Amino acid sequence: MSDIQGGNLIVSAIQNGTVIDHIPSNRLFEVISILRLETIATQVTFCSNLGSKTLGKKAIIKISDKFFKQDEINKIAILVPQAKLNIIRDYKVVEKKMVTLPDEITGITKCFNPMCITNHQPITQRFKVVANNPTTLQCFYCERTTDEGNFNLL
Amino acid sequence: MKSLVSISDFKVEDYLNIIELAAQFEADSYRNLLKGRIISTLFFEPSTRTRLSFESAINRLGGNVIGFADISTTSSTKGETLHDTITMVSAYSDLIVMRHPLEGAAKYAAEISPVPIINAGDGANQHPTQTLLDMYSIQKTQGTLNNLSIALIGDLKYGRTVHSLIMAMKHFKPHFHFVSPPELQLPKEYLQILNDQHIPYTMHSDMLEVLPEVDIVYMTRVQKERFSEPMEYERTKNLYVLRNAMLAGAKPNMRILHPLPRVNEINVDVDASPHAYYFEQARNGVFTRQAIISYLLDL
Repeated sequence: MSDIQGGNLIVSAIQNGTVIDHIPSNRLFEVISILRLETIATQVTFCSNLGSKTLGKKAIIKISDKFFKQDEINKIAILVPQAKLNIIRDYKVVEKKMVTLPDEITGITKCFNPMCITNHQPITQRFKVVANNPTTLQCFYCERTTDEGNFNLL
Repeated sequence: MKSLVSISDFKVEDYLNIIELAAQFEADSYRNLLKGRIISTLFFEPSTRTRLSFESAINRLGGNVIGFADISTTSSTKGETLHDTITMVSAYSDLIVMRHPLEGAAKYAAEISPVPIINAGDGANQHPTQTLLDMYSIQKTQGTLNNLSIALIGDLKYGRTVHSLIMAMKHFKPHFHFVSPPELQLPKEYLQILNDQHIPYTMHSDMLEVLPEVDIVYMTRVQKERFSEPMEYERTKNLYVLRNAMLAGAKPNMRILHPLPRVNEINVDVDASPHAYYFEQARNGVFTRQAIISYLLDL
């Protein structure tokens, strides 16, 4: 695995759980926030600025004894569509999963339009995903679009 | 239960039904279809013309009106949420007409309310009853909505009435002519929709190029505050003022529409021209709103 550098294992392996790989380093803390990993009681390790041929620098998150539901993990697709999940059981990768962009997103980011009702009243943000690469979201309420460069995570 | 929040809530069949109903209300406007019913008009942002047009429509239908014309007299100023205001008012009335300065407010209200919502304008977003009265005016003056040549002139970037009219009229094989200063051209997303649906259009900066060709001229105001460069406004402002002398070569059936209020973009010397139609258009708004209310309430 790419987390072995100079013969040393820099992030320890987990027995059971999920490894999220191929996260661009600059997105690591946003992914942690979206998945609300601060609320997880089991061991969470993360490692950033690892060398990557495709991403330049990448980050990895390992979460012990946690198996995400697909819709739960898809939330990170608006930020890191290239992320890959390895499901680990008894130290072995038993399944590999990709994240997929859902058709609709609830919460996660604010509408970019300062005149949108959702930025002035206690209303849950809802978006239709209208394009990927870059990810573009259309507000369900004001109908304006917010693109990846303008996400303001909740 | 139906609401009218965005022009795209309605399909071609709905547009045609509303136009047919509006014609019936024009022929016989004072009817007691709303007798005993209560309609709320909630104007979180003042708009005298739109509010009076709705209230005239409700009164002609024999209904009662409750509501407010000015947010300063309401609990919203005490910090009440839109959620709570709509929940309360929907318990008091059979339908809610609302205008709000924030975009998406009517959509949100329609989500909460157990009674129909009519969006009378949500910020710069949607104002669908204006579009329907524009369509009724086009049908009335041209005898059809199909195969018309339509010039949209002025602020095509921010003008919500222009955007909604394009989205509604694209179903009727139009030929659009867009006339605007370079800074206020129609947003690319609308041009893309027209391209995708193979709807012909041309773009101009001089309205004289299109006036002799078109059936409908839809004027909007070019506002000074939209320009980043004041000099640019000074240079272009007179190019977007319609004067009677410019109408010499117009087709006899050509009619000039404007969502009003007008400031100076249509010179007063146009008012006496047989092509001028904007005041009748505003009058058509009452019949169209009677039609929309009765359509949503299945009267």
